[in-house]
Amino acid sequence: MPSTIIDKVWGAHVVSEQPGAPALLYIDMHLVHEVTSPQAFDGLRARGLVVRRPEHTFATADHSVPTTDRTLPIVDPIAAKQVAQLEANCREFGIPCHSMASQLQGIVHIIGPELGLTQPGMTLVCGDSHTATHGAFGALAFGIGTSEVEQVLATQCLLQKKSKSYRVEVTGQLHLGVTAKDIILALIAKIGTGGGTGCIFEYCGPAIRALSMEERMTICNMSIEAGARAGMIAPDDTTYEYMYGRQFAPQGEAWDRALQRWRRLPSDEGAVYDKQVSINAAELEPMVTFGTSPGMGIPISGVVPDPAGMTDPMERESIAKALRYMNLEPGKPLAGHAIDVVFIGSCTNGRISDLRAAASVLKGRHVAPGLRVLVVPGSHDAKRQAEAEGLDAIFREAGAEWREPGCSMCLAMNGDQLEPGQYGVATSNRNFEGRQGKGGRTILASPLTAAASAVTGVVTDPRRFA
Amino acid sequence: MKPFTRLESRLVPLAIDNVDTDQIIPARFLKTISKDGLGSQLFCDWRYDAQGQPKPDFILNQPRARGAEILLAGDNFGCGSSREHAPWALTQFGFRAVISTSFADIFRQNSLKNSLLPVVVPREIHAELFALPQEATVAIDLASETLALADGRKVAFPIDPFAKHCLLNGIDELGYIRQQEDAIAAFEARCGSAVNTLG
Repeated sequence: MPSTIIDKVWGAHVVSEQPGAPALLYIDMHLVHEVTSPQAFDGLRARGLVVRRPEHTFATADHSVPTTDRTLPIVDPIAAKQVAQLEANCREFGIPCHSMASQLQGIVHIIGPELGLTQPGMTLVCGDSHTATHGAFGALAFGIGTSEVEQVLATQCLLQKKSKSYRVEVTGQLHLGVTAKDIILALIAKIGTGGGTGCIFEYCGPAIRALSMEERMTICNMSIEAGARAGMIAPDDTTYEYMYGRQFAPQGEAWDRALQRWRRLPSDEGAVYDKQVSINAAELEPMVTFGTSPGMGIPISGVVPDPAGMTDPMERESIAKALRYMNLEPGKPLAGHAIDVVFIGSCTNGRISDLRAAASVLKGRHVAPGLRVLVVPGSHDAKRQAEAEGLDAIFREAGAEWREPGCSMCLAMNGDQLEPGQYGVATSNRNFEGRQGKGGRTILASPLTAAASAVTGVVTDPRRFA
Repeated sequence: MKPFTRLESRLVPLAIDNVDTDQIIPARFLKTISKDGLGSQLFCDWRYDAQGQPKPDFILNQPRARGAEILLAGDNFGCGSSREHAPWALTQFGFRAVISTSFADIFRQNSLKNSLLPVVVPREIHAELFALPQEATVAIDLASETLALADGRKVAFPIDPFAKHCLLNGIDELGYIRQQEDAIAAFEARCGSAVNTLG
């Protein structure tokens, strides 16, 4: 029977299947960070356990770290303690750790692929819902909670029920100024934040094939915002070209052998999926969100929807509540709405190509008066590359802040945050109430849209600058 | 893990769809390295005003929430982040079950590992529960997979048989996985030490 890529990767990792229990799934790579791991290490100590495969485990500090001068200590004592605890736990259990002082430090979902840790056909987990990012390589990658972090540390395995398969086809060709971020925001707006619950997406179709690896990562990253724990894209030559020569990627003969295995991963002709949806990339515009859930997105030429016209009372109340929080009026366009802050970064859009896209708009221009613009590279690698290309100078000369790598204002754990009532255009992944700071109002968009909005000080269609 | 068998309680209704884990427990409280002390921060930004005083109109601050152990939530409850701090905060506040029409996957998994029972009911029943008088109680019986309404009607809810077994007996998954050491070792021997086990 023809198999999907999901079936193939799943099948190759089932350790055992006991009657009455979920499958025991082997995990190839476990990425660890400071926020969701300390209680798991405590659990290991309490049970007297060790880490089963420290060499299949890789840690970094990203969520709580400041994005200011790294030679200074962390000011927030609670954050400092959390980062120190990660370092101590990794020392105690023999796990490679790239914390604050390391030149390999960065957002866990940015450095995994950059270092070649993320590979096609593997199972990869992390105590973070945006682990779906790594699915862009044809890996089965999903976020887990802290109890599961402890299970993987101790046994390299997880009990899992196989999810349903959901084929997401993206046809057509993107227009200039419309990006991978707009594809995924459009998908979430179409199927809703719970549309993929219980499913693993497989993104396919000509518009997906035409994307670079970094663009594919942006798409897979936000699978969880549609409720899918994982999103996969079959590997192809674009994948292999990206991976070749990276630090932890197979080398020499091992590379050739790996390539042979990887080429067998794509879904077979005629493979059957539980669900499917199709989107035409040619019909998309730049997308922006108006509400407090990533599914509340509209094309930039559109208007804020009116909850009064909605039949489902819970949906009506959810939209009305979101508009009250955002202080936006139904029926009005979002384009042209004044903003206070622009955030360019995160595991969704903090890669070198995102920085290049933002710089292409900001080059020779200046950010609007009174606007704060933070540019936060996702990793040291992205930062070094950007500096080598002079992008940092473009951002600085435009009046933006060029900062150190980390999650930063995506979830505002580290002090980078919106003030109550402020509007921010963000290239990150969540516009939940208070996500970027208590009372802050987030408008999700692509790096191009964020940079265009930085120049004008209002929500702006980037095609104006194309 | 604490066993879960039966629970009779009043309901705390929260009629909002897509409640995300950032609302359940905001990210700024995730800098803790402990599991404790999260109950007072549950729904923090909806529950307290700018001065840190409880907002009287928020349901958790109302007398009906006192001692109630079941949260009645909107569709797709617990979406967003994988933070297990969400079920930790809910259980530390005193909740032992959440009833909704659907749950986000990671939240559901995390809840089951903390003896917090996610109960999925059909839409009509869900609406009926929201319309109940505040003193009404419902009874959850895990063994029979039923929710008993105040008028005696019983509604079946789905639960994965393994999760049910673990909850009823207070079995911790890690202990169960460790019993399969032989199978894990055999798998590792078969697939070698390559990071990528496929092929």
